[in-house]
Amino acid sequence: MNASPAPADPRSWLTTTPKGLYCVPGGFFIDPAWPVAKAVITHGHGDHARPGHGAVLATRETVEIIRTRLGPDTIGSLQGVKYGETTRIGDVDVRLVPAGHILGSAQIVLEWRGARIVVSGDFKRRADPTSPPFEPIACDVFVTEATFALPVFRHPPDMQEIARLLGSLRTFPDRCHLVGVYALGKCQRVIRLLRAAGYDRRIWLHGGLMAMCEVYRRAGIDLGDIAAVSEAGPARRNDLFQHETFRGAIVLCPPSALGDRWTRRFPEPLPAAASGWMRVRARARQRGVELPLVISDHADWDELIQTVRDVQPGMVWVTHGREDALVHQVQTMGIPAEALHVAGREEEGS
Amino acid sequence: MQRFAALLDSLAFQPARNAKLRLMTEYMCTTPDPDRGFALAALTGTLNLPNAKPALLREFGVQRLGETLFVLSYDYVGDLAETLALIWQPSDTASAGQNQPAPSLSEVVERLRAASKRETPQLLEQWLDALDSTGRWALLKLLTRDLRVGVSARLAKQAIADLGKRDIVDVEEVWHALQPPYQALFDWIEGRAPRPDPGAAPVFRPLMLATALEDAELAGLDPAAYRAEWKWDGIRVQLVATAGHRHIFSRAAEQATTAFPDIIEIMDFNAVLDGELLVARPDESGTVHVAPFNDLQQRLNRKQPNPKLLQDYPAHVRLYDALMIDGEDIRALPFDERRTRLEAWYAARPRPRLDLSPLVHFGTWEELAAIRAGTREAGIEGLMLKRGDSPYVAGRPRGPWFKWKRAALTADCVLMYAQRGHGKRSSYYSDYTFGCWRPTNGGTAELVPVGKAYFGFTDAELIKLDKWVRDHTTNRFGPVREVEPGLVLEIAFDSIHRSTRHKSGVAMRFPRVHRIRWDKPPEEADELATLERMIAAP
Ligand SMILES: [Zn+2]
Repeated sequence: MNASPAPADPRSWLTTTPKGLYCVPGGFFIDPAWPVAKAVITHGHGDHARPGHGAVLATRETVEIIRTRLGPDTIGSLQGVKYGETTRIGDVDVRLVPAGHILGSAQIVLEWRGARIVVSGDFKRRADPTSPPFEPIACDVFVTEATFALPVFRHPPDMQEIARLLGSLRTFPDRCHLVGVYALGKCQRVIRLLRAAGYDRRIWLHGGLMAMCEVYRRAGIDLGDIAAVSEAGPARRNDLFQHETFRGAIVLCPPSALGDRWTRRFPEPLPAAASGWMRVRARARQRGVELPLVISDHADWDELIQTVRDVQPGMVWVTHGREDALVHQVQTMGIPAEALHVAGREEEGS
Repeated sequence: MQRFAALLDSLAFQPARNAKLRLMTEYMCTTPDPDRGFALAALTGTLNLPNAKPALLREFGVQRLGETLFVLSYDYVGDLAETLALIWQPSDTASAGQNQPAPSLSEVVERLRAASKRETPQLLEQWLDALDSTGRWALLKLLTRDLRVGVSARLAKQAIADLGKRDIVDVEEVWHALQPPYQALFDWIEGRAPRPDPGAAPVFRPLMLATALEDAELAGLDPAAYRAEWKWDGIRVQLVATAGHRHIFSRAAEQATTAFPDIIEIMDFNAVLDGELLVARPDESGTVHVAPFNDLQQRLNRKQPNPKLLQDYPAHVRLYDALMIDGEDIRALPFDERRTRLEAWYAARPRPRLDLSPLVHFGTWEELAAIRAGTREAGIEGLMLKRGDSPYVAGRPRGPWFKWKRAALTADCVLMYAQRGHGKRSSYYSDYTFGCWRPTNGGTAELVPVGKAYFGFTDAELIKLDKWVRDHTTNRFGPVREVEPGLVLEIAFDSIHRSTRHKSGVAMRFPRVHRIRWDKPPEEADELATLERMIAAP
């Protein structure tokens, strides 16, 4: 009579703790905010992959990224796996499948006693030349992000935004176009998009962006002619001696460098930023951006809803972002949904 | 419409004046008629379209999204038109993106003008379906009359002047004789037709402006070449009257006609006159006494004054120049000759509520300085010096006309930040940080903060200032709001000193808001260099 045990309450085996999401029968955390003994990491962004853990399982690409970002000795053991490969941890089968967010990003598929939970991590649905596409996996519980979970967030086609950047270069051919990008993912994607749009001039990079570009190159992603700004020679202190090299050039830098004194070397810099937040004017103005480019590595509202439709989960848990709207919408679609309050998530340069 | 929307979008994000000019001229170069003419009308505030009420936008939003999602979205974005533009999806999702083609700006203008009140929402819905989010934003901003992209009418005219490599005063001279979509203007600017001639049409003529005189400059000037007048503490106006037309224009060429029926009433003449609008009351002997500026403010606050206001605050215009008399354009004549004509004209037909600003006679600069120092009369800000041989030239040539203000120093500054006050002012943005212009290496100008003031205005003005701050906020830091550079505050201060503690390098002593210059374009505010020259020698 009791050949197959009744499916366990999913909350009983995947729980939220102050350190993050914890898989009880597996004895590991997912993207924990604090150092733990065992962790499975969805992707290499700073608020997901933190230092100090005893053992980490992640995709091979993510392992490479973690090594570069955090240095070789900040994590006890780093185990890299291929997409689709199953690893048994404790009593749980763990499989990493593409999330389409950045290089190496994965959803974590957990199976235990015939039940399946998918933790999406950060994801997006549109094509990205630097990351394999998101793979919908049917499941009992889909744990989704909600960074852009409001109907105001609908990212336009990325090539349209790149065309706006190139159009601005035509209008202001004398101004150095400084584009704020997150160092991991956004930077390399913007470079690839520029190449796809036919821009084959050298793209200059803030020094802080070089290491990750190297990781992408080693993963076989061609970024064309890129160089660190410092390679143009030392910047002179005198404002009148701005580097003519950068006149009409595209320079990528971390968003935090946009208003920095570092930018003084550039002739008439025009600050731009590539981020999903740029969709809302007040947000763009807050950052002093003159050319907001809506290019995001996160699912927009339509993608989030389409993903729930594709995955057909029995239940949706919403981790980080604008939970209210997504919970409301998923419930309206007839699927039980609730917000999980997971520690340690910040807005990244989405 | 999409192209116009892209222009507005770029303008809204681009703070630099020169870059804004570049964006506008590029648009004007590459956009066909009549679209660009309507765009110019929208930028200069001459495009009169039926407006859409916020309630309609909200109703659309709730229809499309449901109450919950709409409220969450609006809360997040904070701007109704922008929220609707962002959330809007074509009603028939199957045909999304392949509805009718997006309308052109002229189509929008022409169909809206022809539409009845009931048809407007339908048209709007149809266009929202056809436009992208930037297009929807621009359309909704146009229809809610909330087009804040940091472009003054003057800057848009400057772009037209740049397009034809003309002086802006040439554009201003013909501007008021033209109508949207300004075909004749573009024909002239692009060399296909002669300059439109306003002739004796009852239109605004660009003003001749004075530059500030610094005491050190006096020595180089010949006192015999100059005439002196009082500088009245009012609002500069241009009275334009012909048979059948009477207008009062502000210095920014805005109509002030309806607000001053008491002046309109006495304009039964054919002339274009330059003078100061004041509140003034005659005494029993007939001598006219100018009231403090605050009295005039009561009148300026009302677009449609009631009889009591007209009686309590009688308007008065004190004339100091004439541009045209009886259909004859006398601007090319020297000041002395124009003055003689003006005096003769007035002597022949004196009127109540109208008089001449007297000339102040003097022999030497020392004598004039003593007269200036000895005058503490309300309503006088200082002296004007005008060369007797100066023709009436539009713009601000340096040399023929000077303003020589009275001792308390003042500067026109641009409001940059506002902070909430304390006590009963805790819900008002009542502490103001203002700045002056400083050239950048890129050839543009930036604002640098030069001081803070939190008094000098009435409670009624505070309410208006608070509203202005809330409507023009670009950024928030706790209790502080950053605002668009759009409002000029005339700041009075006792003295100004060098300071290493301030980014601007100067610090004012006892700065206060002397006057709120709702009428003054921010780009005409003072430069930091002007403040630096006011620094007293140690
Ligand atoms: Zn991420």
